[in-house]
Amino acid sequence: MDKFVVHKGLVAPMDRENVDTDAIIPKQFLKSIHRTGFGVNLFDAWRYKNEGQPGMDNATRPLNPDFVLNQARYQGASILVAGKNFGCGSSREHAPWALQQYGFRAVIAPSFADIFFNNSYKNGFLPIALTDSQVRRLIDETKGFVGYEVTIDLNAQTVTTPGGEVMAFDITPHRKFCLLNGFDDIGLSLRHAEKITAFEAARKARHPYYFNTRIA
Amino acid sequence: MAQTLYDKLFDSHVVHQEEDGTALVYIDRHLVHEVTSPQAFEGLRVAGRKLWRADSIVSTADHNTPTTGWDRGIDGITDPTSKEQVVTLDKNMKIYGALAYFPFLDKRQGIVHVIGPEQGATLPGMTVVCGDSHTSTHGAFACLAHGIGTSEVEHVMATQCLVAKKMKNMLIRVEGILPAGVTAKDMALAIIGRIGTAGGTGCAVEFAGSAIRALTMEGRMTLCNMAIEAGARAGMIAFDDATAAYLKGRTFAPKGKEWDIAVEYWKTLKSDDGAHFDNVIELRAETILPQVTWGTSPEMVTGIDGRVPDPEKIKDAGKRGDMERALLYMGLTPDTPMTEIHIDKVFIGSCTNSRIEDIRQAAWVVKRLGKRVAGNVKLALVVPGSGLVKAQAEAEGLHTIFTDAGFEWREPGCSMCLAMNADKLEAGERSASTSNRNFEGRQGTGGRTHLVSPAMAAAAAIEGKFADVRRLV
Ligand code: SF4
Repeated sequence: MDKFVVHKGLVAPMDRENVDTDAIIPKQFLKSIHRTGFGVNLFDAWRYKNEGQPGMDNATRPLNPDFVLNQARYQGASILVAGKNFGCGSSREHAPWALQQYGFRAVIAPSFADIFFNNSYKNGFLPIALTDSQVRRLIDETKGFVGYEVTIDLNAQTVTTPGGEVMAFDITPHRKFCLLNGFDDIGLSLRHAEKITAFEAARKARHPYYFNTRIA
Repeated sequence: MAQTLYDKLFDSHVVHQEEDGTALVYIDRHLVHEVTSPQAFEGLRVAGRKLWRADSIVSTADHNTPTTGWDRGIDGITDPTSKEQVVTLDKNMKIYGALAYFPFLDKRQGIVHVIGPEQGATLPGMTVVCGDSHTSTHGAFACLAHGIGTSEVEHVMATQCLVAKKMKNMLIRVEGILPAGVTAKDMALAIIGRIGTAGGTGCAVEFAGSAIRALTMEGRMTLCNMAIEAGARAGMIAFDDATAAYLKGRTFAPKGKEWDIAVEYWKTLKSDDGAHFDNVIELRAETILPQVTWGTSPEMVTGIDGRVPDPEKIKDAGKRGDMERALLYMGLTPDTPMTEIHIDKVFIGSCTNSRIEDIRQAAWVVKRLGKRVAGNVKLALVVPGSGLVKAQAEAEGLHTIFTDAGFEWREPGCSMCLAMNADKLEAGERSASTSNRNFEGRQGTGGRTHLVSPAMAAAAAIEGKFADVRRLV
């Protein structure tokens, strides 16, 4: 997993609520059996004027000039700031994969859907929840100033604006530890393999009916 | 201390807990489908890790599978990328094994959330996960069931556990009696209309009250299925006689003496009197009407007697913008009565509403109206949730009610719920759909989805526009 320590980057605004995972990466791109290659189809239905299909040459597709990420001033953006309930809808991890592979390192919003929030951490992609008014201000300032960049410091748990304003955010110690070190959860969990085995044996003794092994 | 059902389920699965509350939670049942598993199996292989417990896995291909052309076998899947996913699952199942695998073309294949309970593979007291957000469905059986992402799928495969933090407890109590013609789907949509699509975020929701207890297991699954659309990762309902009656005799349910021992334990799977909930929502069943969504989020919903809302009347600028965008996408004019909205296609199916009871309700409406599908409706699909549901419906003669009226009776699968196979809306087409999401492009790029119950979808197919099913009963 990618480490996340400090990141300074250009901000792009997505000024709407309930941005769902179907919008982030439409279902036709979920047919891949790989983990990469989703960045070019991020927000596909909003980003391009024609309907996207896997395997298309995206470089030749007509772009929707009104879509925010297509504007010249947001090229190279690595931090997205959006309205509440970002990432709602399906459990597809392709959503954080697409955001990350497009070039985003973090997304800031007043709130996130639970599964999206979880999936993001597993990939070293940082979802940051700030208050409604802080997000409103970030969106307005991003729109107001070309080249607007903020600094995210995970260790300090802060977002700092160009004006020097510091906004603090919450993260659980476990997640912070994993992100700062780029640790993969599976490796960490397997340190408890003996405990898992013991738990499993006790559970099987008490509730054998959960351990049906009949192969149908 | 008095505990909620969720507290009991969570606590009984904690293997290890960190100081900050992050826990390693044991997983009893892992449901696997073709879309969210290939990268997880691949990750396992690349890391040289073993699958912890193959017999916790129940697997099927459902999202990509076609609903026609099964006689052509695997070649019936014409899209090569869809076929690759289905074939990849076959390969992985051969390598790793499972308690049960119902591949494409198997008689018992179907939507993963329909076949789990149908096989008795979902049992009270379990933790159930799947790389699919509608795993909340299984909570109808007093188990802790929720969707996970692909990294978590891999994590469960490698460790039989999930890293989780306890969620908040939320109670949604519905008392009273649902009016005739009003179903669990309407109840679900009415709840989402009330609390919003983020209303349950961070919560495990328990549904309780006399109206919930009166629901069949099919209805309870529909309700828990939609918990995720209210933002709640998990929805659940306490164990009772209806739960036991549904499970008894199913393939993977305990038998004989084991059954009695299990039932004794399962009876404890309810919230204790006085248990603490962080949030309580109360509804009266009598006030719920048949629901129809008008926008691009399940919370954008109204009763059948309602009208398309007018953004002009909304003060909050953000909400107004969302509403304007939704109406533009949906091609709707403010103040249009819902009963004046004409549709192009009808979809009866999905893990929300494709069980035998749903099919029966829709068939009943078709028969009662005694007419054929309206001329303006180009396609009306009925897609049973599993091969067994299909067989049951055919044994009851329901399929001929549909086909005689001009509906198409298809093979099981997710179908037009998310249109990963050939069943979809074309740009600008409008559907009455019994599925769970009306997001932009969900049923096809540019497609416009109205979520309704099976009875309402059947009535819309015959009338060509939305109609109040209460007048039929
Ligand atoms: S029927 Fe729809 S919501 Fe249910 S599992 Fe399939 S695609 Fe997902």
